[in-house]
Amino acid sequence: MLSKKRKAYISGMKVAMYISTGLTAALVIFLVAYVFIKGIPHISWELLSTKPSYISGRIGILPDILNTLYIVLATLIFVIPLGVGAAIYLTEYAKNKKLVGMIEYAAEALSGIPSIIYGLVGMLFFCQFLGFKTSLLAGSLTLVIMNLPTVMRTTQESLKTVPQSYRDGAFGLGAGKWRVIKTVVLPGCVDGVITGCILSIGRILGESAALLFTAGFAHALNGIFEGLTSPGASLTVALYVYAKEQGEFGVAFAIAAILMILTLLINLSATFVSKHFAKKREF
Amino acid sequence: MSDIMTAKDLNLWYGETHALKNVNITIPEKSITAFIGPSGCGKSTFLKTLNRMNDLIPSVKITGEVCYNGQNIYDSLVDVNELRREIGMVFQKPNPFPMSIYDNIAYGPRTHGIKSKVKLDEIVEQSLRDAAIWDEVKDRLKKNALGMSGGQQQRLCIARALAVKPKILLMDEPTSALDPISTSRIEELAIELKKSYTIVIVTHNMQQAVRISDNTAFFLLGELIEYGETEKLFSQPTDKRTEDYITGRFG
Ligand SMILES: Nc1ncnc2c1ncn2[C@@H]1O[C@H](COP(=O)(O)OP(=O)(O)O)[C@@H](O)[C@H]1O
Ligand SMILES: [Mg+2]
Repeated sequence: MLSKKRKAYISGMKVAMYISTGLTAALVIFLVAYVFIKGIPHISWELLSTKPSYISGRIGILPDILNTLYIVLATLIFVIPLGVGAAIYLTEYAKNKKLVGMIEYAAEALSGIPSIIYGLVGMLFFCQFLGFKTSLLAGSLTLVIMNLPTVMRTTQESLKTVPQSYRDGAFGLGAGKWRVIKTVVLPGCVDGVITGCILSIGRILGESAALLFTAGFAHALNGIFEGLTSPGASLTVALYVYAKEQGEFGVAFAIAAILMILTLLINLSATFVSKHFAKKREF
Repeated sequence: MSDIMTAKDLNLWYGETHALKNVNITIPEKSITAFIGPSGCGKSTFLKTLNRMNDLIPSVKITGEVCYNGQNIYDSLVDVNELRREIGMVFQKPNPFPMSIYDNIAYGPRTHGIKSKVKLDEIVEQSLRDAAIWDEVKDRLKKNALGMSGGQQQRLCIARALAVKPKILLMDEPTSALDPISTSRIEELAIELKKSYTIVIVTHNMQQAVRISDNTAFFLLGELIEYGETEKLFSQPTDKRTEDYITGRFG
C-alpha cells in the first residue's frame, strides 16, 4: 500500500505534467493560429505570381519564392554528392578509425555553430575571396557547408544499417569493392540520403542569418542561371525586409504562413519516408 | 582423384588470438570434404582462408600457404575477385540480396561482365535447375527473394553461387538455420553437385558429415587433429580427442 503522502505526491506530479503538456500545446497552437490568422488573408494569387512594382505600389513575392527554390536546388546539387561521397569514404574505405571518429565528432560540432557565423565566413570566403559577390550561389555554397554534416551523418548512419551479410554475399561472388558499394550498399541507404536531404531542405527554408550576408536582399525576377549569379532574397530574408524595413506586416505574415505550411509539408514527408522505408525493411 | 586445394603450415591470427595453428590439409577434387569440431575451434575461419574472405577483416594476419591448382592464393599476383569467382561461398544464414530472384542469380554473371539478356536468362534457369529450385520459383522470378522461405533462400544462395561457374563451393553450416526437410534437400543437392564441383562443408552435425561427406577433418582449438576418409574417421579414429568428440564426450 502506498502512503497517503506518496499518493498525494504522485497525483500532484500528474497534474503538473498535464499543465506543462497543455501549456506547450497551447503555445504551439497559439503561434500557428496567430500566424495563419494574420497571414492567410494577405495571401493572394497576385502576391504569389508577381514581382514587386514601385510604380503601382504592389508587392509580389514570386522572385523570393523562385530565389528560395534556386537556393534549395543549388545547395542540394553540391551537398548530396559531397555528403554521400564523404560518408561512403568514411564508412567503407577509411582505415584509420580514430581519424574517422574525430571527423564524425567535428561534423557533429559543426552543426551546432550559430548560422550567422557561417554567414560571416561565407561572405568573406565566397563573396570576397572567391569573387562570387553577393549572390544566390555564394549563399547556396554557404548553406552547403552548413548542411554537409547533416547529409554526411544521416548517410553514414544508414550505411551502417546495411547488413554485413549482403556485403559478404557480394564479395563471395567475386565482386570488387566499388561494385559491392554501388549495387548492394548504396541502394540500402537511399532512405538515409533522402532523410538527410529533407532535413537540409527544412533547414535551408528556415535559414536567414547566413543568407543575409551572402545572398542579399534583391527582389528581381530571374531565371535559374541568372538568378544564381545575382543577389536575391529568399523567403525568410524577404520576410525580414518587408517587416523590418518596409513595415509591410501583412506581407511578412503572409510569407510566414507560407513558410509554416512548407515546413509542415517537409516534416510530413520526412515521416512518410522513414515509415515507407521501415516497412520495406521488414521481411 | 587429384587434389585441388592444399594448405601448408597455415597460421592465422585475429589480432593477438591465434585462431589457426599449423594447418596442413589436401582436398581432393569432386568430392565432399566435411569440417567438424566444437564451436569456436576455427572451422569457419579455415573455410574462409580458402577463398580469402578473411581479407575483409582488418586485424587478420596469415602465414603459410594455401594452394589452389598449385598456385598460392595468397601470392600478391592473384586476382582475388577471380579467385572468389572460382571458389564460391554459401553462408550459415541465407543471405539473398534484397532484389528479385532473377537479379540475385544474375548478380554474379553481371559482375563478371555478362550483359546479354539471352545469356543471362539461360544462366539463371540453369543455375536454378542445378540447385533444384527451378520448379518452385520459375513463375515468380521477378518477385523479391526475401519473400521466400529460409530453405528456399538457402537453395537460392547455392544457385547464386553456381551462376558464376565455380570449381569449388565452400559451405559454412548451410543447414544450421533450416528445418529437417529443407536440410535433407540441401544434403541431396550437395551429393548431386559433387559430380561437377568440389564441395567443402562445415557442419556441427556429425550425422550430416557421415551422410554426405567423403572425407572429414576434425578441428580442435585451431588445430587440425585428424583428417581422413569419413567412414574410417568415424569408425576407427586414431586420435583420442577425435574419439571423445565423435562419441559425444565433449563439444
Ligand atoms: N572476426 C573475428 N575477430 C576476432 N576473433 C574472431 C573473429 N572470428 C572468429 N574469431 C575467433 O576465432 C576463433 C575461431 O572462430 P570460428 O572460425 O568462427 O569457429 P567455428 O566456426 O569453428 O565455430 C574463435 O575463438 C573466435 O572467437
Ligand atoms: Mg562457424
